[in-house]
Amino acid sequence: MIRLDKVSRSFTVGDQQVAALRNIDLNIAAGDYVSIMGPSGSGKSTLLNLIGLLDRPSSGTYKLDGGDVTDLNDVQQARVRSKKIGFVFQSFHLVPRLTAAMNIELPLMLAGISPAERKARVVQLLDNYGLTDRADHRPDQLSGGQRQRVAIARATSMHPAVLLADEPTGNLDQATGKEVMSLLEQLVAQKVTLILVTHDPVIGGRAQRQLHMVDGQIINETGRGT
Amino acid sequence: MRLIDVVQFASGSLRGSRSRTLLMILAMSIGVAAVVVLTGLGEGARRYVVNQFSSLGTNLVIVLPGRTETAGVGPGMLLGQIPRELSLDDAQALLHSRSIGRIAPLTVGSSQISMDALNREVVVLGSTADLLEVRHMSLGQGQFLPAGDMHSSESVCVLGAKIRRELFGQRQAIGAWVRLGDRRFRVVGVMASQGESMGFNTDEIVIVPVASAHMLFNTSGLFRILVEAKSRDAIEPAKHDAEEILLRRHNGERDVTVITQDAVLATFDRILRALTLAVGGIAAISLAVAGILIMNVMLIAVSQRIKEIGLLKALGAPAAQIRNLFFAEAILLSGIGSVVGLILGEAGVWVIAGIYPSLPVAAPWWAVLAALGTALGTGIMFSVWPARRAARLDPVMALAR
Repeated sequence: MIRLDKVSRSFTVGDQQVAALRNIDLNIAAGDYVSIMGPSGSGKSTLLNLIGLLDRPSSGTYKLDGGDVTDLNDVQQARVRSKKIGFVFQSFHLVPRLTAAMNIELPLMLAGISPAERKARVVQLLDNYGLTDRADHRPDQLSGGQRQRVAIARATSMHPAVLLADEPTGNLDQATGKEVMSLLEQLVAQKVTLILVTHDPVIGGRAQRQLHMVDGQIINETGRGT
Repeated sequence: MRLIDVVQFASGSLRGSRSRTLLMILAMSIGVAAVVVLTGLGEGARRYVVNQFSSLGTNLVIVLPGRTETAGVGPGMLLGQIPRELSLDDAQALLHSRSIGRIAPLTVGSSQISMDALNREVVVLGSTADLLEVRHMSLGQGQFLPAGDMHSSESVCVLGAKIRRELFGQRQAIGAWVRLGDRRFRVVGVMASQGESMGFNTDEIVIVPVASAHMLFNTSGLFRILVEAKSRDAIEPAKHDAEEILLRRHNGERDVTVITQDAVLATFDRILRALTLAVGGIAAISLAVAGILIMNVMLIAVSQRIKEIGLLKALGAPAAQIRNLFFAEAILLSGIGSVVGLILGEAGVWVIAGIYPSLPVAAPWWAVLAALGTALGTGIMFSVWPARRAARLDPVMALAR
């Protein structure tokens, strides 16, 4: 599903080149549940952004779903993001002026799906995530767990093959965090590829494959998959 | 993304920051309203002048004695000569032209009018029966000057409405005798009250046959000859004929000036149109200022909504879509601003029309179109930069904020 070959990413800070990722080789199969762990600055978020096509590698190649996506232009990148990738963020990133239902509808609207179908899918998603009675609430009227459920519903509205979660439990208490994790894991059962970035070993330990990163490199891989 | 969704999303984000939106609409609408009101005033002034001219009569050619040289001083003036005067025979001769329909010789003077013990100073107009038609005057009661030979000096007069009121009050004026200077005249008619017309108040004049006026003032010259061409197309030939006829009669000397009302009118029309354009242009500057305000506020909106822009990109919006969303906001803002401004402007025009009923104020259609165009144009133009900035945002950076 995801195949990275000798992927590097470096940034220019002042007049210095800082390598965020060095020669990463990574294979992730469809339906895999992968966690990326490591201290801050180890490059785990950069790797996630790269996989999510929000960023481009400085060198190396990236194949997604069989196609080379290394050098796509902005429009092509956006199309791949829209169709194949869902994002869940630590700080939820809900649009504050839109209701829960409208936030979930956002990717469908951007993709130009007909209003009738949008409405049907949103109703289904609200129901799936137990948000039906919260549909017309704005994010500031929702609890943290409800907000993250809206974000997950939004991320899955386009039925993506890959779900990328960057510290999805970072802003939640332990109980709510667990609840959110089990929602994400239910998606894995539906053959969604889940890639999770976290610095919490307990959360990360739930994944089949656990990648450990230091200084822009994957130093080892543990877990049930190997 | 569907167009309706773009519009809905953009209007949603406009509603999201209400005071900002209202202020921008206000700025835009003041600009549009200023253009509408000022051009409306200019156009009103122009129409006022045009109306005044057409109330003077249509297809008019005016002959006046003396020649105004545009290049230097005529030889006659250097010798201290006064120009040869226009005579009644000159006026009569003009009727030989096939392009000329009617003429009305005009001589003007002022005299004392008295009736019993009442007397006052009046402007006395000497003319012929055709004056009524040529100058589009209207008679209130009785008859106008008798038609016939313009050399006959009948002792009849037609009073202006105000003169009649002052001298006769409620009494019957027709048939009564009044004294003008040292002669007695019988009142045959009274003019309808018309008010001011090109600085000439027809309510306060007395009209007598031109020959009588000549006797009264002891002159033989004419102040003007009003010539009515047979049709609009005949105006130029009539002017030409009048010049030729008078040239022949005055022994080859070009000592009269012939002007067409059309030419004078066209000049006024041009001047006032230019004036309207100028004030409209000044008002348009406020539209440009509103445009810059929109740019400023849109730039702030972009930096305030960096996270949202990053999110939209992560959710699959390409740069062009983000740009369109911000464009749509700017177009909505300036569009609503223009419509509100148009309503304000028309209301202003309406109020002015109520205060000055004689001024036909109305914003010309081209000014309305230009105001709307400028408003939308500046709105779009000044949102190009903010929209591009939003579209170019790096989603990783935007989301990390």
